[in-house]
Amino acid sequence: MSNIHVTTTVNGDVMEFLCEPDESLMDALRDRLSLTGVKEGCGSGDCGACSVTVDGRLVCSCLVLAAEAEGCKITTVEGLAKGDKLHPLQQKFLEHAALQCGICTPGFLVASKALLDRNPNPTEHEIRYWLAGNLCRCTGYDKIVRAVVDAAAELRRTA
Amino acid sequence: MQDTAPKPATTPTRITGGVGDPSPHDSAHKHVAGTAIYTDDIPEPPGTLHIALGLSTRAHAEVLALDFSQVHAASGVVAVFTAADIPGRNDVSPIGKSDDPVFATGLVEHYGQSLFAVAATSMLAARRAARLADVIYKDKPAILTVDEAMDAKSFLSDPYTFGIGDPDAALAAAPHRLKGRVRMGGQEHFYLEGQVALAIPGEDGDVTVHSSTQHPTEIQHSVAHVLGLPFNAVTVEVRRMGGGFGGKETQGNLPAAVAALVAAKTGRPAKLRYDRDDDFEVTGKRHDFRIDYDVGFDAGGRILGITFEQAARCGMSFDLSMAICDRAMFHADNCYFLPNVRITSYRCKTNTVSNTAFRGFGGPQGMAGIERVMEAIAAKLGKDPLAVRRANFYAAKGKSAGSGRSLTPYHMEIEDCIIGELTDELVRTSGYEKRRAGIRAWNAKSPILKRGISLTPVKFGISFTNTLMNQAGALLHLYTDGSLHLNHGGTEMGQGLFQKVAQVVAEEFQCDLSNVKITATRTDKVPNTSPTAASSGSDLNGMAAREAARTIKMRLAEMLAVEAGTDVEAVRFIPGRIIAGRRTFTLPEAAALAHARRISLSSTGYYATPKIHWDRASGKGRPFFYFAYGAAVTESAIDTLTGENRMLRVDILHDAGRSLNPAIDLGQIEGGFIQGAGWLTTEELVWDGKGRLSTHAPSTYKIPACSDRPPVMNMSLWHGENSEDTIYRSKAVGEPPLMLGISALLALSDAVASVGGYAGDAALDAPATPERVLMAVQALKTRVAAG
Repeated sequence: MSNIHVTTTVNGDVMEFLCEPDESLMDALRDRLSLTGVKEGCGSGDCGACSVTVDGRLVCSCLVLAAEAEGCKITTVEGLAKGDKLHPLQQKFLEHAALQCGICTPGFLVASKALLDRNPNPTEHEIRYWLAGNLCRCTGYDKIVRAVVDAAAELRRTA
Repeated sequence: MQDTAPKPATTPTRITGGVGDPSPHDSAHKHVAGTAIYTDDIPEPPGTLHIALGLSTRAHAEVLALDFSQVHAASGVVAVFTAADIPGRNDVSPIGKSDDPVFATGLVEHYGQSLFAVAATSMLAARRAARLADVIYKDKPAILTVDEAMDAKSFLSDPYTFGIGDPDAALAAAPHRLKGRVRMGGQEHFYLEGQVALAIPGEDGDVTVHSSTQHPTEIQHSVAHVLGLPFNAVTVEVRRMGGGFGGKETQGNLPAAVAALVAAKTGRPAKLRYDRDDDFEVTGKRHDFRIDYDVGFDAGGRILGITFEQAARCGMSFDLSMAICDRAMFHADNCYFLPNVRITSYRCKTNTVSNTAFRGFGGPQGMAGIERVMEAIAAKLGKDPLAVRRANFYAAKGKSAGSGRSLTPYHMEIEDCIIGELTDELVRTSGYEKRRAGIRAWNAKSPILKRGISLTPVKFGISFTNTLMNQAGALLHLYTDGSLHLNHGGTEMGQGLFQKVAQVVAEEFQCDLSNVKITATRTDKVPNTSPTAASSGSDLNGMAAREAARTIKMRLAEMLAVEAGTDVEAVRFIPGRIIAGRRTFTLPEAAALAHARRISLSSTGYYATPKIHWDRASGKGRPFFYFAYGAAVTESAIDTLTGENRMLRVDILHDAGRSLNPAIDLGQIEGGFIQGAGWLTTEELVWDGKGRLSTHAPSTYKIPACSDRPPVMNMSLWHGENSEDTIYRSKAVGEPPLMLGISALLALSDAVASVGGYAGDAALDAPATPERVLMAVQALKTRVAAG
């Protein structure tokens, strides 16, 4: 099988890579672009650790083929901060101690941002169900939900 | 250097990030930025080979032939390895039993057992090829369950018993008596980062292994044994794990040994990362238990005599099952004084994966057993289970001497019991009494949906019950610019250990936490370490680090006393400064001066837990340095037509002593509770009739999700300090909160009991999945209809 040439915009930068036809977007981001903030938890779309947005849509990158990213705009956790300044979601996760081992954290942040992009003022109930596709084994989700509520309020204040 | 008197106006009154400061996890910034490096994120050296294991597809069978011709022919395959390729010992057993082969030879003893390894140029190529081997088996009869093992008397070792008093006489004389059976399922760790190891060959046959492990020293030993090397030829490093929960105490041995074998044989770096489905099949889990009890009690619900028969599914090998089953026995009493008790433990050998450590290490199973007994007694007497619990609590701290109610079944006196007052406070803050009455009134009017509430206490023994493991080492360097470099034997799996130990060092030097560099755990920095397990990480490593810090501080103090012409006792470390008589130094100044005076600025530290001893043969001793306490109130609702259920509210009060870091400790409590609730409610391991695990991915094995979080979670730390001299009087907090989750099971049980008008015990087994809740409801309805 011959490799496929893909041109895509990742975190605002135009990037090119070669990938296998059956290679997942997750593997391409991690192995070819060194974006190891994208994590593999299950490889079957059940845990959300590999969450990224493709043209604004929240996806599990383990279930997307790298070749499908041609011409798309992709955002990973590495694209949330502006330089050294953390995104309010990142800052609130940090302040609320909404993380322990940290390996699910990138997926939660990307998923939370996708929620707030479409609904800047979600209820706690909406947050809990939106994030039900992201598994965390360390926390009890309590501080994660509080961090998202707090970040949403901050974003509304500064919008 | 300045020769000036201290200036209070410019001296900070408190350092940033000292002991007790709720500062964020040391890696929090890296976690949210996505820059934290886990083992699989380490850039692969050029030429790295990827490995996949070939796994048994039989539970118990002779292996007659292995044909790899299709494997070798597959794309990307470099080599195949079997037991014949192992230069040293074909064993990764953690306790030297030689019953955990790297690659099975001749006989497979569980479905998913490792048979061979394929090394290929990519992960996908290796995994695909590993499925292509042609294995000829000759099936043997398989024992899969506890019941089958008990019937066949298939045990790893002889049953083990301890106790106090005369339970048989007490049972015969008791005014009330109940017998029952409690079943509880196992639990998959589901650390979000699966097992992974990267081995890099070095000079002279040496090897460095990056492993996601709670026990680097054991990885070192396993690799050395398999490769036939001395320990000093193997270096193991782990900076952080993506969760451990006990699942990386011994289960990392196999992937590390295989990666090292491939690296040694090929001369190329080699990585083995289990696919999630393989991880489920290859690695051990929490032991499922069957517990039979026979209890005699008085009209007040006070236990007079009791026997427990605990049967645990250990799987095909020892692993840590002996210590786990012992700990289940040590926690069969939970918070309750049992004047006449006999606990017997059966360690069942089955043709399933060898079960292993999981947060609580058998304690949760033992504890769930007696909590179900409390419930049964309460149902029999028509009392609130809380009243029965209170009637049976151990004598309170300060009142234990002469009380006659402080001796455990293993002959240790409980001197620090605070569960009574802790429960009283939680009852008050949670509004338990009023809410319980309200729920009963609500249930009377609600025909379909029913609510339940339960308060359960926790007393968890802290220390490894294998006394020799209660030791730790640390290594601390002070550089001439005043910055500190900290290393110790503990590992970081998200629990915040590195942060807590660094806070201890910052507190000792009275410098800001940012001045203390946290570094990866490595076997060449601190040798011969114990696993980060048994909740002991901060107790042991915090103390070791403090010893190292105090050694360096003493050297500085002696030097500064000479410099300032004062006594060493007159040297004080205050926030940001060191005062020596009339002179003041900064830490960088003192460090540079010490170097100029040719004084060592590096030290090891060592700690061994005092007071503990345990004689297994007589069943007597003091296996635990102290106990950690806690209690939880859970309110849940069930749908009696479908069994669907959810938690509505949780109130927790937990004892972490004088907390080293309240933010981190509250995180442990929150996460522990949810993990315990998951074990007992949603998480169900299902094996098919051939011994294959059917629930081998998160699509079918359900850990709690964000939507399962109770809408109301109130969590508080108990205000009290450890009565034993632990690190800054804190208490271990890793495992104990998991057992708070027992209240989630018993809240469902209370809701089910409402169906029968609270006339009987719901006897809800775990995990209380919707199916099991529905069956319990139906059983109760049938019982009520039958009168």
